[in-house]
Amino acid sequence: MDLRILNEFRSIVGNGGLICSPEELHTYECDGLTNFRVLPRAVLLPSSTAQVQSIVRLCHRERIPFVARGSGTGLSGGALPVANGIVLSLARMNRIREVDIPNARVVVEPGVINLDVTGRVQSQDYFYAPDPSSQSVCSIGGNVAENAGGAHCLKYGFTTTHVLGLEVVLPDGSLVHLGGKTLDTPGYDLVGVFVGSEGTLGVATKIILRIVKRPECVRALLAAFPTTNEAGAAVSGIIAAGMLPAAIEMMDKLAIQAAEAAVHANYPDCGGLLLVELDGPLGEVEALMTQVDEICRSNGAWEIRVAQSEAERALVWKGRKAAFAAVGRISPNYIVQDGVIPRTALPQVMGEIARLSRENGLRVANVFHAGDGNLHPLVLYDRRIHGQEDAALALSFKILEVCIAAGGSITGEHGVGEEKKCMMSKMFAEPDLATMQRVRCAFDPLQLSNPTKVFPTPRLCGEKPGEYLPHPVESAGLAERS
Amino acid sequence: MTPISATLQNNLRAVLSADQIRPASPADSICGVQPQFLIEPATEQQLATALRLADESQLAVIPRGGASKLGWGNAPSRADLLLSTARLSRIVEHAWGDLTVTVEAGCTIETLQQTLAEHGQRLAIDPLWPEKATVGGVLSSNDSGALRLRFGALRDLIIGVTIALADGTLASSGGKVVKNVAGYDLPKLVTGALGTLGVITRAVFRLHPLPRHSRSFTISVSNPREAQQIILAIQDSKLAHVALQSQFSAEALPVIDILFEGTEAGLDAQARQLRGFCKSAKSSLAQVHPEPRTVTNAKASSSPSPWNAREDLWSFSNPAENAIAKISVLPADLARTVELIRTVAEPSRVNWKLLLYATGLGWLRGEGPAGNLHRALTTLRAELEKMGGSLAVLHRPANMQAFDAWGSPGDSLPLLKAVKTRLDPWSTLNPGRFVGGI
Repeated sequence: MDLRILNEFRSIVGNGGLICSPEELHTYECDGLTNFRVLPRAVLLPSSTAQVQSIVRLCHRERIPFVARGSGTGLSGGALPVANGIVLSLARMNRIREVDIPNARVVVEPGVINLDVTGRVQSQDYFYAPDPSSQSVCSIGGNVAENAGGAHCLKYGFTTTHVLGLEVVLPDGSLVHLGGKTLDTPGYDLVGVFVGSEGTLGVATKIILRIVKRPECVRALLAAFPTTNEAGAAVSGIIAAGMLPAAIEMMDKLAIQAAEAAVHANYPDCGGLLLVELDGPLGEVEALMTQVDEICRSNGAWEIRVAQSEAERALVWKGRKAAFAAVGRISPNYIVQDGVIPRTALPQVMGEIARLSRENGLRVANVFHAGDGNLHPLVLYDRRIHGQEDAALALSFKILEVCIAAGGSITGEHGVGEEKKCMMSKMFAEPDLATMQRVRCAFDPLQLSNPTKVFPTPRLCGEKPGEYLPHPVESAGLAERS
Repeated sequence: MTPISATLQNNLRAVLSADQIRPASPADSICGVQPQFLIEPATEQQLATALRLADESQLAVIPRGGASKLGWGNAPSRADLLLSTARLSRIVEHAWGDLTVTVEAGCTIETLQQTLAEHGQRLAIDPLWPEKATVGGVLSSNDSGALRLRFGALRDLIIGVTIALADGTLASSGGKVVKNVAGYDLPKLVTGALGTLGVITRAVFRLHPLPRHSRSFTISVSNPREAQQIILAIQDSKLAHVALQSQFSAEALPVIDILFEGTEAGLDAQARQLRGFCKSAKSSLAQVHPEPRTVTNAKASSSPSPWNAREDLWSFSNPAENAIAKISVLPADLARTVELIRTVAEPSRVNWKLLLYATGLGWLRGEGPAGNLHRALTTLRAELEKMGGSLAVLHRPANMQAFDAWGSPGDSLPLLKAVKTRLDPWSTLNPGRFVGGI
C-alpha cells in the first residue's frame, strides 16, 4: 500500500491501531471459513466512531474497499478480506455504553461479545436472547451483520427482532442514526435492512439492543425415536397441538455417535433424537410438558428423559452444543452447511441427503433446528484423500439445492458471505437480485463496503450498460437526472 | 394533475378488461385530491404492467386496499391513478404444518384469519377494522395493536414479500421459511413504507396457534404515576402476559388492562400471581369478562371490551373537531407523557383520551377547534421528540392548518431519499405522502 496512505491511516488510529506487517496480517486472512484466504493490505483497529468515520472517508477518497470484522467467527467468509482492500476490525470498540433495565434496552459498541450482554444484565434476571453457538466469542456487530440466530430463535426471534436502533458509518464516511430507543421512528425500516446485510451497507458503530426478562421456569426433554422421520412427525404433532417450545433440536444417529465420542453426552443410541425445551410460567410449562411427552410417545418414542434440574438440563444440551466440534472425533475434516426447509419437508429431504451421501460415498451427520427447519448437515471427509474435499464441497451445495427445491433457503443463520454467492441465482430470480442491488446502491454507490460478498456477479450502480435512454419526463424537459 | 391521454387509456385497456378500469368518483379522492381513473388489476402481472405504463406516462399512482387508512400520511402532491388491489385477494397457500401462509395483498385481514382459524392458527396481529383492512394496507401502514407486546410487529411476522416497482419489475425477497438470511430483508423495507417504494402484491407470514384459553383483567389506579409503577413492575415480573395497556383521559381515572393466553392451569396460576401483585400495590383488580374474551374475538362480544379501545378511539361523530395521533415514547416515560399531554391539552382547551401500550406506543385523540388542535399537536410533537419519541398524525380536521403527518427523521433523511430514488426514481408512488416529503 502507498506509504502516504498508510501514514494517513496511522495518523487516524495511531501505531497501535494499524497492522501492516505480512506476518501479522495472516491472522486476518480468513474468518471461520478457513478454506478461503485473502491477505488484506492493512488492518485498522479504530477505538471510536470518529476514527471509523475517518478511516471510511479515506477509503472513499482513495477508492479502497474495506471489510468490517468482529470476532472473525463467521462461517460463510463474510469477514474474508477483499483483494487490495483493508480490514476494519471493531475489536477495540467493545464497551457496553448504557444499560437501561426499566426500558429493557442496552446500548453497545459492535465489538462487545454476545454473551457479555447477558452477563451484564443477568443480575436483574434479564438476558439477551439471540444465542448462536459461538456466543462466548462472537461480537454483536458480527451478529448484526449476519442476523445471527441460535437454538432459541424459534420462540425468541433473531438478532433483527432485538435491534431497535443503529448508529452507522455509511460508505462515504457520513454518520447516520437509524431507528432509536423508541419504536416505529419516522421513516423506512432501514434498521431491518441493515441487519443481515453482511457488512455491505456500511459499518455499525453503536447498537441499541432489546433485552428480555428470564422466564419463570425452563424444562428440557430428550426423546429417542427409531428414525428422524418419527422424530419429525412428533415435531409436527407438537406444532399442530398449538405449542411453541423455546427450542426443538434434532440429531441423527451419526451426530449422536459423534457427540458420544466427544463429550460422553450419554444420549440414547437411536436413529432420531429430539431435544425439546419449554419455558414460561411454571403452571403453563408443566401442563405443556405433559402434552409433549404424550405426543412423543404416540409418535414412537421409546425412551423419554425429562431433566429434573438445571444440571440435568445442561447435560441434555451438552451433546447438541458440542455437535459440530464433536464430528472432529469421527472424521478428520468436515463441512457444515446451513440450509433451511419447511418443517414438513423433513422426511423427504433427509431421504435425499441419505441418497446423496450414499451416491458420493461421503457420510453426512445431521443436526437440525427442527422447530424452524434449519438444517446443519455435516459432510464428513478426509482432506488427505485426493479429490475428497472437492467432492465434499460439491455435496454440501447439492444439499442446498435440495433445500431450495423443497421451498427453503440456502442460509438460515451463517449468511451468504463469500461461500454461497454462487447459490443466490438458484434461490432468487434476476429481478429479485437487481432490486436488492438497487437498495445496496442507495447506501454504497461506489461499492466499497465488503463489495464482493452476497451477490453473485459484479453489478454497477449506474445505469444499465448500453446506450442511455432518457425517461419521457426528461425528454419533455420537465425534469433532470439528479 | 397529469391528464391521462387516450393512448395511455388504450394501453391500459389492452392489459385490463373493461370492468377493471373506470373513471374515479369524488368518493375516490384522497385527502381532498381527486384522481382521474381507478384500475383494479386481477393478477400480479397485470398490476406490474399497469404500473409501468403509468410510470412511463408520468402519472402519480395511489395504491389502495380497503381504503380504511387512506387518509394516513400527508396529502399526495399529485394523484392521477388509483390502483386498487381489491381483485388481488387470494389466499395462495396456507402451509399449516409449517405455520406459514402466502396471501395476496388485497385479501382482508378478517378473511385471512377465518381461513387460518380452520386449522387453529392466526396471524398474530390486531389491526384496526379487520373486516375492511387488507394485508397490503396493514403492512404499508405498519398498523399494530395490543398483541405487539408478545408477538412483535408486522416486521417480525412477515417472512417474504413480492412487490411491483414503479418500472414494472416484480421482485420477491425473503421466502416461505421463517429462518432465512439470504439477501436483504426487503419485507422489512416495505413494511410501514406507505406504498412509496413499491406496491405489495403478496406476502408470506409466519403464523401462531390460536390460544386455547384467554383471560382479561382490568386494574383501577388513582393516577398516572401509580399506573407506571404497576406496568413496569408487571413487565419486570415473570408473568407471561400477551398484552398490557393503560387508558387515560381528561375526566376518568386511569385503568390498566392485561391479557393472558394459555392452558387453564397456566392461567389459574398467573391469575393468582396477578391478584397477589395488585394486593401489594393496593390496587383493585377485576376480571373483566366472565367468559374469556380475546383480542381476536373482541368484536364478537356484545359487552365493551378493553381490547376494542383502539377502534373506540376512532369512533367520533365530528371529524372536523377531532385529531388522532400515534405516539411513541419509552415505556418508563409513561407518567411523564400523560402529564405532558395534560399540561398541553388543558390550556389549549382540547379534550383528550390516551391509550398507551406497555411497549411505549400509544394512540391519542384530541377534541377541539382545529386551531387549538394544531397548537396542541405542535407543542406535543416538539416535546416528545425531545424525549427521543415521535408523534404521527393519522386523522386531522380537513381545515386544520398545515402540519406534517410524520415528524422528523433526523439525519437519516438523505438516506431515505436515496432509497426512494433508487426504487421509484420518478416519484410515481404516493408522491409527497411520506416522511420528509417523500
